[in-house]
Amino acid sequence: MKKMLLLLLLSLTVSVAGAQLPTGTVNGVQDVRHAVMALTNATVHVTPDKTLKDVTVVIKDGQISDYLKDKRPPENAVVIDYQGMHIYPGFIHLDAEVGLPEPAKRPPFSWGGPETLQSTVDGAYNANEAIKASYNAADDFSHDTKANQALRQVGFTSALSHRHDGIMRGTGTLVSLADDPAQLTLLASKASQHYSFDKGSSKQDYPVSLMGAVALIRQTLMDADWYQQQNKMTDLDLAAINNNNQLPRIFSVKNWQQTLLTRKISDEFNIPFVVKTAGDSYQSLEAVADTGQTLVVPLNYPKAPEVSSPLDSYHVDYSDLKKWQVAPFNTRLLAEKGVSFALLPGDNKKGLKTFLKDLRKAVKHGLSEQAALAALTTIPAEILNRQDIGHLEKGARADFIAFDQHLFNDKAQLKDSWVNGERTEINPRQPLPSGDYILTLDNSQHELKVSFKKGQLNLQPGSESEQKFKAKMDGQLLSLVIDEQAPLMAWVADGKIKPLPSDYNWSLKLSKQNDQDIKSDTDESVKDLPNIPKPFTAYGLADTSTPDKVLFKNATVWTNEEAGVVENTDVLVVDGTIKKIDKDIADSKADLIIDATGKHLTSGIIDEHSHIALLSVNDVAVNSSMVRMQDVVNSQDVNIYRNLAGGVTAAQLLHGSANPIGGQSALIKMRWGVSPQDMLIEGADGFIKFALGENVKRSRNNQSVRYPLTRMGVEQVYRDAFSEAQRYQKNWDDYNNLSRSKKIKVSPPRRDLAMEATAEVLNEERYISCHSYVQSEISMLMHVADDFDFKVNTFTHILEGYKVADQMKAHGVGASTFADWWAYKWEVNEAIPYNAALMDQVGLVTAINSDSAEMSRRLNQEAAKTIKYGGLSEQEAWKTVTLNPAKLLHLDDHMGSVKEGKDADLVLWSDEPLSIYAQAEKTMVDGVIYYDRDKQSTLEETINTEKMALIKESQSSGDSKKPSAQAAKPELHCDTLITHNAFLALDNGAE
Amino acid sequence: MKTILFTLLTLVIFRADAIRPTPAEAQDAPETFINATIHTGDGNVLNNAMMVIESGQISYLGSYQKNQEKGQINDLKEHHIYPGFILTNTNLGLTEVDAVRASVDFKETGQLNPNVRTSVAYNADSMRIPPMRFNGVLLAQVVPVGGLVSGSSSVMQLDAWNWDDALVKNDDGLHINWPSIRNKKFDYATFSMKLEKDKNYGDKVIKIKTLFKDAQAGHSPDNIKLDAVAAVFKGDKQVYIHASTPTAIIESIEFMQSMGINQPVLVTGSAALPVIDFIVSADVPVIINSVHSLPQRNDSPVEQPYAVAVKLQQAGVLTALSYPGSMSSRNLGFTAGTTVAQGLDKNTALQLITLNPARILKIDNRYGSLATDKSATFFISTGDALDMSAQQLQSAYIDGRKIDLSGKQQKLYKRYHDKYQLAE
Repeated sequence: MKKMLLLLLLSLTVSVAGAQLPTGTVNGVQDVRHAVMALTNATVHVTPDKTLKDVTVVIKDGQISDYLKDKRPPENAVVIDYQGMHIYPGFIHLDAEVGLPEPAKRPPFSWGGPETLQSTVDGAYNANEAIKASYNAADDFSHDTKANQALRQVGFTSALSHRHDGIMRGTGTLVSLADDPAQLTLLASKASQHYSFDKGSSKQDYPVSLMGAVALIRQTLMDADWYQQQNKMTDLDLAAINNNNQLPRIFSVKNWQQTLLTRKISDEFNIPFVVKTAGDSYQSLEAVADTGQTLVVPLNYPKAPEVSSPLDSYHVDYSDLKKWQVAPFNTRLLAEKGVSFALLPGDNKKGLKTFLKDLRKAVKHGLSEQAALAALTTIPAEILNRQDIGHLEKGARADFIAFDQHLFNDKAQLKDSWVNGERTEINPRQPLPSGDYILTLDNSQHELKVSFKKGQLNLQPGSESEQKFKAKMDGQLLSLVIDEQAPLMAWVADGKIKPLPSDYNWSLKLSKQNDQDIKSDTDESVKDLPNIPKPFTAYGLADTSTPDKVLFKNATVWTNEEAGVVENTDVLVVDGTIKKIDKDIADSKADLIIDATGKHLTSGIIDEHSHIALLSVNDVAVNSSMVRMQDVVNSQDVNIYRNLAGGVTAAQLLHGSANPIGGQSALIKMRWGVSPQDMLIEGADGFIKFALGENVKRSRNNQSVRYPLTRMGVEQVYRDAFSEAQRYQKNWDDYNNLSRSKKIKVSPPRRDLAMEATAEVLNEERYISCHSYVQSEISMLMHVADDFDFKVNTFTHILEGYKVADQMKAHGVGASTFADWWAYKWEVNEAIPYNAALMDQVGLVTAINSDSAEMSRRLNQEAAKTIKYGGLSEQEAWKTVTLNPAKLLHLDDHMGSVKEGKDADLVLWSDEPLSIYAQAEKTMVDGVIYYDRDKQSTLEETINTEKMALIKESQSSGDSKKPSAQAAKPELHCDTLITHNAFLALDNGAE
Repeated sequence: MKTILFTLLTLVIFRADAIRPTPAEAQDAPETFINATIHTGDGNVLNNAMMVIESGQISYLGSYQKNQEKGQINDLKEHHIYPGFILTNTNLGLTEVDAVRASVDFKETGQLNPNVRTSVAYNADSMRIPPMRFNGVLLAQVVPVGGLVSGSSSVMQLDAWNWDDALVKNDDGLHINWPSIRNKKFDYATFSMKLEKDKNYGDKVIKIKTLFKDAQAGHSPDNIKLDAVAAVFKGDKQVYIHASTPTAIIESIEFMQSMGINQPVLVTGSAALPVIDFIVSADVPVIINSVHSLPQRNDSPVEQPYAVAVKLQQAGVLTALSYPGSMSSRNLGFTAGTTVAQGLDKNTALQLITLNPARILKIDNRYGSLATDKSATFFISTGDALDMSAQQLQSAYIDGRKIDLSGKQQKLYKRYHDKYQLAE
């Protein structure tokens, strides 16, 4: 290499004048230039797969106009030597807020004050304040030098900017990061539409939950459709949704569960989303990859928790350590799964600053360099449908960046950023190459080593010398002091040192250039992929592989059928189903034989009322029937595993009790390690939560203004909702019955998700599980149901059910209650532990439920309390947590008892299952043993060993630590409200 | 089963008209129990045994002796006798309906409340008391909560006309809530609970330490807060340390012992596990605040809370079980049953809710186990009292007084059982 990296102080060749606005006013004379630039000797990474070495790049009118090989640059070109430099297309940032004002602050959520039921925004906007679809970032965009600079410094040359506020956030604008007037930098004023599940600054209460956000998005998309066909009203947001529907849609999410949700919405409305993830896809890789969506992935690397003493490990959760370990592999894992993704800096405040370091970290963890480059250039360009950026083929915008060595080398430094053919220096080039120099001073020669540290020149004698040398550079002026004599000065240009006149005849010349400037360090070996638990939590390490054929030998079987409890019986499970129950089934029929001698085999416990495995519990609309708990199933909640350890195999995940009409239930099986969707029980009937009493009338909030505030009002809410649903249905029936020609002439009724769900209740297509306490309200709901000609399916909690058990029987409703809860609120004053037994004896289908992650794993014991209080027989008691909840949930045709042909949801107990001394030894769901007590101590040891190793590894790594750790999740009850803003246990049922 | 139960209940409800059970009168005649399985609470079981009670005390306990028979003879074939369970660390009598503030009296405002006393707020007529007795809980240590120093507890017997009458031991303990370096907080950014360092941790510790040092120095004789603390140095009151992290356990016990308080009582949960050796060497007793709870961390052993007491007991620590709040504390006996599934024998498990708490409360000279000359505070169950599928109290005695086991819940049961004409 003859020449070295060169200093170019005349660097700002083009941008001296800046770009002129054609329509602008010139104060002075016209200064329009059509500069031609030639960057010589460069290595150009035209696309991730195409590299040109030692070429001259010709730039004309802000575009790449030509590549010259072995040819002189054009005569009229300004030539800049790019010897040794690597040029890449400028990066494209897809999630910026550059040039936009700060969004309004998120209002602090408080359940205490009066509710905000309506939008607080004036004007012809959407009825929900979180829908801001008519917002256009371009309207608010202004040039922001500082923000541009920060982005350019790490390689970005264009950015998609949108306001990060609201659920439908309006359009984003594609901007060039040149320091030019906004008129020149807006590449596309409307380039994208933006969505999220976060209502942001909206002051309106609904939606507070994730499932509420999903419902709002679905409703709004339906409304937009309807809006096109109506002429009654103007809604600027709905109009904007329709007007912008050709633009790419980018959906910002906060966790991988939300990533999956976007696909659900996408499927329903047949609209594709690009999803900006939280960088946590590794936690559920297959499910995320299966969505087939293009992702925008921030380089989020969670810090490891701080462990300052051995006792600190008490606070440290395995999964926090594991996140620290696995997150850097995220992009590699996605690439290996064939997921197409763009990259972003990390979401935290420092993410932009450390972006290049974080990018190299991803490469060190196995992301290919090509994939990394594509993720910053071609893929974002593709997402935006832009042909002019993201690559450097001829004709592309001259938006590129130049590094002093290959970008993925640790020491590579970004030197120049070119936007629209305008160059900005990011880091000054080293004025001289580092290396060995010969100082000739009159007749003597001295070897000197020249190096630079953070831009400062450092001079050391090459061999032992008695003379002292000091040197300094001020701009291009080099001063050299020998033995503290008067300094020698030289002018440094183009890597050459030209001594200025002095008493000495001297020169300083390069003899040997250091290798390290150009040394590649990419030979560092790629890190090995660690094991990844599934689901991503400590007990995801459990081995759940089970052969297809399992035989329980010689068990005492609690059949829940006419046979009752049968001893010395074998049960054969094949492919997830109970194949045979008999004496002495041949061992040869099975691949796994479990000796159940002296043990009790039962069907799995079913919890009729649970809030585990949920990301959110309550929304706040009085009629929240449009929200679906299936949208917020959290398959990595450790309480699923704990439930399995307590013999629970299925549960109804209910909406909370903040509203007379709550959300739609999710019925799940405790399949540990599958996706949220796969936890749902296939073909199960639809259920819905209703609630009565103190919670729905907001008894703990003296300032509440939300109707209803009394039990009188609660009744009217129902009558109103059902009457409205009847009208709704009639309108649709009328419309559907029109002939095709007539249909064209009228606009169809508006679809309303809440009314659809409410109508399903009327039609007995969706079944109520109603949170209820006192007798008056219980009777009330049955009267309402009678009047509207349907049956209430289940009263849950139902602590005064014993007072109206005869009425309930006449109505045909079932009951699911606590064994012995009381005294936690006013309406449970007359709760008695005999309630379940009384209702059972009157002839109601009666279940015992938990409403508590803690109690659900001891439901066998809760069932046993019906023996103590009210004297149920053991078998009747056992049915309250198995067959009876199966009946209440309409699952008893394939669950709830040990019967040939039913699902193999089985539990092997060490003792009589109702005994306090009984332990679940094996818990099987669909024939898979998800919990095995025999393996538990080994598993706990494995977890602990790995955790200790991770603590050691993370503490000795140079990574910074966070002084906080994940605490155990708060328990969710009926009355728990989880919002984006707050977590409030409104009614801590368990005191 | 149902028939037996109902007969029992009908027996039990002999004053079904009462608003709440009327306290029993003092024992006026001796009573003899024969053929019983007697769980003495000190680790032993006597089969086919005999117990005689007289003037509120046990006058004979042992194998059947014809000449010891006195008064009415009760044949308890296939019945069990247990010492009354002792519920420590409870808010029983200080709250009725947790959601109704007017009915709640367990938490005074302020950080340093050594002077407040639960005894004076204890409602001997609380609706929560009869269900306790129905499940064998006959004594309770009523404890204040909140702040750094919550106040003084008292030990009550659960069949009384008023709090004076209920007192077994007034102002038995001073309750300290030792702060943790880290606190749980809801983190809005990540939408989850986070442990965060408490900036005020240092100040809080100093507040507690200064309170004790000032009280010990005795420089302000008219200060009622310091007076309330000074009692611990005179040995009139024990110190209960509520601590929820391993570090807080070490720090608090080291401090108390440096002040000459050698045996503070530690009230904690799974935080004890990493420092069991320390607890053994410090020789302090432990009250486990909750057995039926969720593991501390996501990666904690699934049944960790069930096993904490077992590990402490096996390490030789004097250990008792408690039950948080008071709404569900009637299940205390079953939490002892839970420890059996975790490896204790049934007799030791019973000790965790009888003799051990009595020793911790320093009332073991009269209560906690069945022995000659000790109080006749016990109950009779037709089945295993540690197992909900078997526990069925037939009768209960406090200081020899046969108490009324029925309460509003039993009355309501009977009322609707009759309404529906269910089989007896």
